[in-house]
Amino acid sequence: MKRLIAILAFVPLLALASEEGPALDRAPIDPRDLVSLQAGARTFVNYCLSCHSAHYMRYNRLEDLGLTDAQVRDNLMFASDKTGDTMTVAMSEAQGKAWFGVAPPDLSLVGRSRGADWLYTYLRSFYRDEKSATGWNNMVFPNVAMPNVLWSLQGVRTLETAEANKGGGEGEHGGGPEQHWTQLAPGTMGAVEYDRTVRDLVNFLVYMGEPSAQSSKAIGIVVLFVLSVLFVLAYAMKAAFWKDVR
Amino acid sequence: MSEQQKVDKTRRNLVVATSLAGGAASVGAAVPFVASLWPSERTKAAGAPIRVDTSTIAEGEMKVFAWRGKPVWVLKRTPEMLDAIKRADPRLSDPKSEVDHQPDYAQNEYRSRKPDLFVVVGICTHLGCSPKEKPISDKAEMGADWLGGFYCPCHGSKFDLAGRVYKGSPAPTNLVVPPYEYLSDSTLLIGSDTKGA
Amino acid sequence: MASRLMALWDWFDARMPTVGQEWRKHAAEYYAPKNFNFWYYFGALSLLVLVIQIVSGIFLTMNYKPDAALAFGSVEYIMRDVAGGWIIRYIHSTGASAFFIVVYLHMFRGLLYGSYKEPRELVWIFGVLIYLSLMGEAFFGYLLPWGQMSYWGAQVIVNLFGTIPFVGPDLALWIRGDYVVSDVTLNRFFAMHVIALPLVLLGLVVAHILALHDVGSNNPDGVEIKKHKGPNGKPLDGIPFHPYYTVKDTVGAVVFLAIFCAVLFFTPEMGGYFLEANNFIPADALKTPAHIAPVWYFTPYYSILRAVPPLFNSQFPGVLAMGVAVLVFFLLPWLDRSPVKSIRYRGPYWKAALAVFAVVFLILGYLGVKPTTVWGQFGFDAFFLDTKDRATWVARVCTIIYFGFFFLMPWYTARDKVKPVPDRVTM
Repeated sequence: MKRLIAILAFVPLLALASEEGPALDRAPIDPRDLVSLQAGARTFVNYCLSCHSAHYMRYNRLEDLGLTDAQVRDNLMFASDKTGDTMTVAMSEAQGKAWFGVAPPDLSLVGRSRGADWLYTYLRSFYRDEKSATGWNNMVFPNVAMPNVLWSLQGVRTLETAEANKGGGEGEHGGGPEQHWTQLAPGTMGAVEYDRTVRDLVNFLVYMGEPSAQSSKAIGIVVLFVLSVLFVLAYAMKAAFWKDVR
Repeated sequence: MSEQQKVDKTRRNLVVATSLAGGAASVGAAVPFVASLWPSERTKAAGAPIRVDTSTIAEGEMKVFAWRGKPVWVLKRTPEMLDAIKRADPRLSDPKSEVDHQPDYAQNEYRSRKPDLFVVVGICTHLGCSPKEKPISDKAEMGADWLGGFYCPCHGSKFDLAGRVYKGSPAPTNLVVPPYEYLSDSTLLIGSDTKGA
Repeated sequence: MASRLMALWDWFDARMPTVGQEWRKHAAEYYAPKNFNFWYYFGALSLLVLVIQIVSGIFLTMNYKPDAALAFGSVEYIMRDVAGGWIIRYIHSTGASAFFIVVYLHMFRGLLYGSYKEPRELVWIFGVLIYLSLMGEAFFGYLLPWGQMSYWGAQVIVNLFGTIPFVGPDLALWIRGDYVVSDVTLNRFFAMHVIALPLVLLGLVVAHILALHDVGSNNPDGVEIKKHKGPNGKPLDGIPFHPYYTVKDTVGAVVFLAIFCAVLFFTPEMGGYFLEANNFIPADALKTPAHIAPVWYFTPYYSILRAVPPLFNSQFPGVLAMGVAVLVFFLLPWLDRSPVKSIRYRGPYWKAALAVFAVVFLILGYLGVKPTTVWGQFGFDAFFLDTKDRATWVARVCTIIYFGFFFLMPWYTARDKVKPVPDRVTM
């Protein structure tokens, strides 16, 4: 009877949740790759930090990425020179709202709220759109107020939507209109190099969302080892006392 | 040993072993809790060393800067002031700065790296008020033989122009000299002396 | 050394004998049935999690700021700037979910072995009061990080109170202290979470354990061990809680902590169920998230709330159904008319009913985390239960079964074919 309950307990898990929004590409990030993280930090500081703050991220924390205090100050800090400061920007919320319609959100936690896959796909899905305020639109985030800041790297692309024959299903998975990218003008990077740059940036954003993630895993291994030793001893102790209980 | 005694011994040993392991694990578990009480990164950043441009301070002038929530005085001393410091020696409790209230490089006659610039924490060593600057010329208030220095209004402690406490003051020790270093001839970094003594 | 300690103890015991007496009464000479199984770990584990939450909570309170403008930032301050802060935060967030897992399993043990039946009805009642207080504690605590989910979850739940006829809107206003959930609400929820409800919980836990110890523990066979005592006046099937169960619960605690730490250090978000992605966005009163769902431990009741359609232009029937779904647990000792306590000796009706109830509870829980569109629509016209959403239809069926489990219980437990209950426990 209890086995039946256990089996039936899994029934709900067999149901598949429906996808909402476009399919996301998997972000091929390696959180242990310090070179990738450093490159991502550089891209972030050069392209994102002018509009987006990251005011929970302290510059001197970047020493996690294998950088020295001097390297952080010389290569990654433009506004101030105290590495104890946090990544704030000069633009106020009111200014951001006035210039973009909505203040550019702080990015300290975007790696946790949006997730790596969403960010990776988003940053590679901008396309030219004459009808929008910025001249850009995004397949993942329609009518986003953010312009394509990385356009000089990726180049200019358009998105064509062709009507395709409807497939079966309820409309969540199958039978959507086909979408087709066209490169209008090249950027300074080819597609592969651009993807790598975005991958590094997303890697950094994920790191920034939870800087303790890697040390957490290392500590976790030690803790589980200690608990397994404790388990062996505690179990032996229990068995020794319970020998005479029948 | 009887069977029961062997059982008891085994039980006792396992209880001890498990308790020791459990105790060690508990100490480990306590680490993040205890650590969380030390100054946080934000506190350390707010308490980071400050840069001071001394070129804006005139001869004989004193400016006050905040470091770790405390007032730090930076005084450009004139030759007259340096002379007064030497003459004050017999009136002081600790003229040789034997009490450890200054870094090694400030354990000298002038209690500073270079005599012409004095860096000191402006908090009276009695009960923590901030003394007032009383120049040599202020004989009217401080007496005809006043050699310049600082006077604490709370309980009347007096310090000379090197922050050394006068005999008879309620304050027991000289004013504290913080760690500091020269980044250039006119730039100080107060709160750090990584270059050493 | 040992004799010095003994002398110290004697000095203390002479002046405060209560400590030694209570130790003997509740541990060294509290005779518990010797056949406790896996299901009997969860009471002690609940106590362990309570302690974990209080200790980690105290240290969080040292750095948390209960101010709408500062709260979210203070949590990130703890995560990034306070040494070891992220561990303390994850202990508390993992602990919250662990508390409910452990408590649900503990309650299920009660259902399996009839632990709520005479003479333990009061133990059960204190337990359900603890469950309600725990839900309140979790609800108040969840607002504190002041993320999008925190804010909107609180907004929705407080609005539920607003649907109560006549008193609703005033009640909601009184709970909030403001016209919407705001800094005022945050501050009072902080007080409730940090001190008011923890004190209530501690008091109820003490009452729960004292009430249990007064009548003695139940066991997987549902046999009353006090009926057969030995020449020393102790139950033949009983063993002293200390050292036998202190030692056994130590093993249980270590296993629990291993699972707890595995989650904490490797997957504290638990796929968005323990820490929701939307809660990493600061609360925005002007932007409602696309999908508001309560934390997983409330979702079975949330499902029931959503399943009940508006009646007489009011959402109140749904709120009422949700409330009754929780409160009905109080009635269990009186709904169950079986002469037999343990499932081991019950008949097929009870076994089927309990199995179905457990499955239905899990299905309702799953549906509560998902939007009502999760299973799509029926292809054909609305049939039976007035909905085209498959998920809503299933939720409605499950709600009916859920209430059926309780309200039909007097009927099917009285008619169940029970087996003879042994005189002594079986190991």
